[in-house]
Amino acid sequence: MNKETTLNIVLMTILVAVPVLAWMSDEPFLVTLATRAVIFAIAGVGLNFALGFGGLVSFGHAAFFGLGGYAMGILAFHAQTYTPMMEWPFVIEGTKAMPIIWLVAIIVSALVALAIGMLSLRTSGAYFIMITLAFAQMFYYFAISWPAYGGEDGLSIYVRNEFPGLNTMDPIQYFSICYVLLLLVLFIVHRAAHSSFGLMLRAAKQNEERVQAVGQVPNRLYLIAFTISGAITGLAGALFADLNRFVSPTMFSWHTSGEIMVFVILGGLGRVFGPVAGAALYILLEHSLGGLSAYWHIYLGAILLGVVIFARGGLYGLIAGREVAHD
Amino acid sequence: MTDPILEVREITKSFGGLKASNTISLDLRSGEIHALIGPNGAGKSTLIKQITGSLKPDSGSVHFNGQDVSHLSTAARAQLGMGRTFQISSLAMDYTVLQNAVLGALGHRGNIFRFFNNVMKDTGLLATAENALEQVGLQDFRAIRTADLSHGQRRQLEVAIALTLEPKAFLMDEPMAGLGADGSRHMIGFLNSLRQKAPILLVEHDMDAVFALADRISVLVYGEIIATGDAAEIRSNPQVREAYLGEEDAA
Repeated sequence: MNKETTLNIVLMTILVAVPVLAWMSDEPFLVTLATRAVIFAIAGVGLNFALGFGGLVSFGHAAFFGLGGYAMGILAFHAQTYTPMMEWPFVIEGTKAMPIIWLVAIIVSALVALAIGMLSLRTSGAYFIMITLAFAQMFYYFAISWPAYGGEDGLSIYVRNEFPGLNTMDPIQYFSICYVLLLLVLFIVHRAAHSSFGLMLRAAKQNEERVQAVGQVPNRLYLIAFTISGAITGLAGALFADLNRFVSPTMFSWHTSGEIMVFVILGGLGRVFGPVAGAALYILLEHSLGGLSAYWHIYLGAILLGVVIFARGGLYGLIAGREVAHD
Repeated sequence: MTDPILEVREITKSFGGLKASNTISLDLRSGEIHALIGPNGAGKSTLIKQITGSLKPDSGSVHFNGQDVSHLSTAARAQLGMGRTFQISSLAMDYTVLQNAVLGALGHRGNIFRFFNNVMKDTGLLATAENALEQVGLQDFRAIRTADLSHGQRRQLEVAIALTLEPKAFLMDEPMAGLGADGSRHMIGFLNSLRQKAPILLVEHDMDAVFALADRISVLVYGEIIATGDAAEIRSNPQVREAYLGEEDAA
């Protein structure tokens, strides 16, 4: 077993051990904290698919995180107020069922990512960063100015949505749902990273000219990667909103995009489990440094600076070394 | 005589006041090695870029395998069977040698939008890749990270990837550069046998290699082809001697 696999197992074990121990010693707050880390990890794994594997510096993933959140918020809002979302030409009711909410979040985010990708991928470099940021900001201001769903105040959901056979209001059970989804997402992303598509995509990140010379078009790869990436981050958004039973325009803000990017960079760009380590570390720092000072972001900034300068592979690069090629 | 595989018709390209390509016409016939030589800055790489599609000519056209490909992208031309090697190695540096070769085989096979199966366990692609590596003599380096290869080995890998594409014509931009005496000899022998598979348009600075290999040689000077002919004709051409070979002798 190589170092990376060992690290993956250690990481995933810690991530499940902490909330289970906390639950046994009756510390629901820590369980919720771990759930946050798991959800952020999913968002990061999503961004990593575009940023780490495709080299697409998206500064607009808050758009998908927020869309996932609002997909949950709007569906649950209509369900709890017993008002249909749409009456003509056919009736669409809201729902409290998590699986349906997730599916809607994933599909909506994927479609929007496809559209944003088609427009943004005409540009590259700094322009790509700015245009993705601009799209996310559009959603942010739209959410603020749309009174039907709370506008600036956001939307509250009285009771967490339902999952068949589980009590989602129990923190440890909701944690389990999110953790299993994270495992599923990691499995899919791991397979994709080593698939035909993954090989070609990661080659395009390294050298577009080479990909063209073997007869393939980098932009097609990027567009698919961006769409998948958006869909995963959208799922995380729906989970996050359900965790808080609240969705607000903040989920669309550029701070959120920045945070998701921090998870990826802290953990290790282009490493499948990197964002999990990044999100866990972020939550750990937020919790420990946040207690010391309200200005804990200063320390986070210093750490991030250290990572970028001294450990460009992030936590994974530091501990597991360079990625080992799979033959 | 059959139609040429590749035909360049009166290509012109200017950069500001500089004519990098001045009504260049050139063809590549099946079974031959056609060498393109010329002093530094003569416009060899500019010409190759226009043939492969990364640079659009101001006027003129490129025909490949009986089809006008002037408006096709680099990727589309590669799909049609242009196997290119780069002057400055253009490889996925973080990949292993084998991964780069599989990348070529995959690009050629198509069907890249598969998301689930491990591509490095695809026996068909692996066979193509391993075979290509063996042909250029890189079989023992398959697990080495490409960034750790010597310059010469990177040139060999470039050629191996071109092989995996099973192209209808090779466009090789200085495949001998940095190979050393032994490597050069091996590569000359290899290219010599390769022309049976597909013709080669060979840009090369190594004159021994050019004279040993080329069926025809075209001499490019200041963006113009001043002579095309076999080795003996080129050697005895006074214009060429003055513009190019003389310069080499003096150096």
